[in-house]
Amino acid sequence: MSTPLLQARDLHVEFSSRGRRARAVDGVNLAVGEGEIVALVGESGCGKTTLARTLLGLERPTSGTVLYGGQPLTYTSKALKAYRREAQLVLQDPTGSLNPRHTVYEAVAEGPRIHGMANEEQVVAEALSRAGLRPPERFFLRYPHELSGGQRQRVVIAGALALNPRMLVADEPVASLDASVRGEILALLLKLREELGLSALVVTHDLGLAWNIADRVAVMYLGRIVESGPVEEVLKEPKHPYTQALLSVLPESPERVVLSGEPPDPTRIPGGCRFHARCQVLASGAAALAGVDSRCRSELLEVLPAVPEAQAACYYADTMAADEAVVR
Amino acid sequence: MNLLSLEDVSVTYTIASGEVPAVRDVSLTLDPGEALGIAGESGSGKSTLAMALLRLLPRDARVEGRIVLDGEDILAMKWGRLRAVRWAEASIVFQGAQHGLNPVRRIGEQIAEPLLVHGLAQPAQARTRVAELLEQVGLPAWRSRSYPHELSGGQRQRVMIAMALACSPRLIIADEPTTALDVMVQAQVLSLIKDLIASHGISLIMISHDLSVLADMCDRLAVMYAGRVVENGPSHEVFHAARHPYSGALAAAFPTVGDPVSRMAPKGLGGDPPDPMDLPSGCSFHPRCPVALDLCSSLDVELWPAGREGEGPHTAACVHVRPDLKAGADELGSPATETGADELASPDAETGGDDPAAPSPDSERGQGRGEVVAAASLETAARDERAKETS
Ligand SMILES: Nc1ncnc2c1ncn2[C@@H]1O[C@H](COP(=O)(O)OP(=O)(O)OP(=O)(O)O)[C@@H](O)[C@H]1O
Ligand SMILES: Nc1ncnc2c1ncn2[C@@H]1O[C@H](COP(=O)(O)OP(=O)(O)OP(=O)(O)O)[C@@H](O)[C@H]1O
Ligand code: SF4
Ligand code: SF4
Ligand SMILES: [Mg+2]
Ligand SMILES: [Mg+2]
Repeated sequence: MSTPLLQARDLHVEFSSRGRRARAVDGVNLAVGEGEIVALVGESGCGKTTLARTLLGLERPTSGTVLYGGQPLTYTSKALKAYRREAQLVLQDPTGSLNPRHTVYEAVAEGPRIHGMANEEQVVAEALSRAGLRPPERFFLRYPHELSGGQRQRVVIAGALALNPRMLVADEPVASLDASVRGEILALLLKLREELGLSALVVTHDLGLAWNIADRVAVMYLGRIVESGPVEEVLKEPKHPYTQALLSVLPESPERVVLSGEPPDPTRIPGGCRFHARCQVLASGAAALAGVDSRCRSELLEVLPAVPEAQAACYYADTMAADEAVVR
Repeated sequence: MNLLSLEDVSVTYTIASGEVPAVRDVSLTLDPGEALGIAGESGSGKSTLAMALLRLLPRDARVEGRIVLDGEDILAMKWGRLRAVRWAEASIVFQGAQHGLNPVRRIGEQIAEPLLVHGLAQPAQARTRVAELLEQVGLPAWRSRSYPHELSGGQRQRVMIAMALACSPRLIIADEPTTALDVMVQAQVLSLIKDLIASHGISLIMISHDLSVLADMCDRLAVMYAGRVVENGPSHEVFHAARHPYSGALAAAFPTVGDPVSRMAPKGLGGDPPDPMDLPSGCSFHPRCPVALDLCSSLDVELWPAGREGEGPHTAACVHVRPDLKAGADELGSPATETGADELASPDAETGGDDPAAPSPDSERGQGRGEVVAAASLETAARDERAKETS
């Protein structure tokens, strides 16, 4: 495999929270290839935003490395400024990320000014039209409140595009948008990949979004990636019980596995498999039948490597895969 | 008998710059024990309609029409009676209300309040009832001593549901009860609502812009656009075989994971939502409609029977469910352009047979969804191009 554009190697990010250590990102290997769209999914509080911010150099890892183009990030302000041109963040709420007193032009021109880019007006116009705001001049002097929600998100994306990045990290890019607008913004991300070869890591808790635009998906639970692989494989034949549960609660799915309990707490990560207290396969006795239940409860799982093939961090899934191999 | 019926309900807000017709001529009915979903994009009038049902709108809102709950005319009710009805007959879980819990009062007190205010319980009884209600929504009784900030979003939403249940109403109106909640927590809250209404025989009106969630929870769906109901029918039909192009677009916006049609093909609806103070002429959806005919900019179609035989009543407000109008327009020599006239005169116009964009009544379930809207994006793109050329 050629060098991935962006890579996380055994990444850990800890916060101290009321005197306790919160292991928000707790051992993550992840790679995003050139021109690839990867979806990072998982429930609230599992560490998606923290991982995304760390990948962009906005947060420093407690241990582990972020590599861009095969080179570890350097955390000097000069190096980070240069990195910012390559990898751009698009935030969830377009209203929150736009200054209400800045016109569309000013919002998009901010990045190019910081980086002292020439031909500012041309850069802004190009970015706006790439983001689907055409003709761009018509939007130059508008204020955020004069735009629809979808148009505002396009302005945010245009601001990111103005620097000609090779990579977008989008944190819930459509969560605050209306159903009818959602599809347009997602189509835009696909088009940017096609036309500019842009890579993207899209953070979301919406599996339909992954199905709509991503090549690969990584499922995160309590600071770790517990399953990853090509979208078609992972979402059609999930191997990890957590992924299975997430898919089962989508409208229209036949049998629901509604996990009880609150999203877990990164200050108290359980021993054994970190999902074991909520795992439906363990609770049903299926793990015991397969003879893996004691490992589920007490043996730490290996951290999944950053490989493109489908993989899951689960003792039960491992025995099932082994059985299948024997049958074949 | 219907538990609730709305006849030609309109709500108009008055603001400095004029009047905002937020809800226009809505007629709906709800049977005892029935669950009705109301869908539509932001600003389509969903919350306004819900609040009109219990007269919770601000003073500058004018409500017209008739709203009858259990035989009583809500709009004609005296204040005292209305206050009683608001809790004991019908209660509402407001949009974003979990943020509106009083931060300095324990949640037990807040749940008990309506019981005490309406004299439905003495303090000691109220405590027992609060414990019972918390248990019903899946929270331990000791949680009654918690303050709102000590609860997660999902737990706060459960508290709101417990409050709505407090006076044992016959109808619950839930406005976006799970928006902004996590998928798994959303699933928990939805299955809770589903179990509660089934076990208590409560009727439900649920509001959301996510058609897939509504289709899952409700027996019937009403889709609103620009303050009007544009389609009303059995959930399954509206979601899988929409007869109004707008419902089709909403349905397609939420893909089914595993469905090859939506893989790498997100579907959206072009154009901007309508401004209620400056509604387009004719069918208000026509500037964004992928299958609009020329007459749509002047003809405003009312809800019309659009269902299949053997299914429940189903209506849609679109010229495509009215072959008579399309044909009539042709006969009368409509101002249609040549292409438009061809389309109208087409022998297949009734079934939409040779018009790939028309929502065909024969289209297979599930397939209809993607098709209409795929055409939608193309058409809108084409329209944008045209607009650019002329501007
Ligand atoms: N600066 C911080 N200080 C302390 N704890 C933090 C900090 N940032 C995040 N956390 C904790 O780390 C965990 C992961 O948070 P993060 O925001 O990454 O989750 P997320 O997956 O993005 O969730 P959501 O879907 O709700 O956005 C949470 O438990 C959060 O409370
Ligand atoms: N108090 C008010 N005064 C004036 N106009 C209002 C008022 N409340 C709502 N409106 C307008 O009425 C229309 C309908 O608003 P409503 O809140 O009912 O929409 P909604 O369908 O619930 O939208 P959302 O999905 O965003 O909650 C909108 O155009 C809105 O701007
Ligand atoms: S390892 Fe065991 S507890 Fe963990 S997900 Fe697999 S079966 Fe469940
Ligand atoms: S076809 Fe005409 S009547 Fe039907 S929704 Fe479109 S614009 Fe309205
Ligand atoms: Mg986040
Ligand atoms: Mg609303």
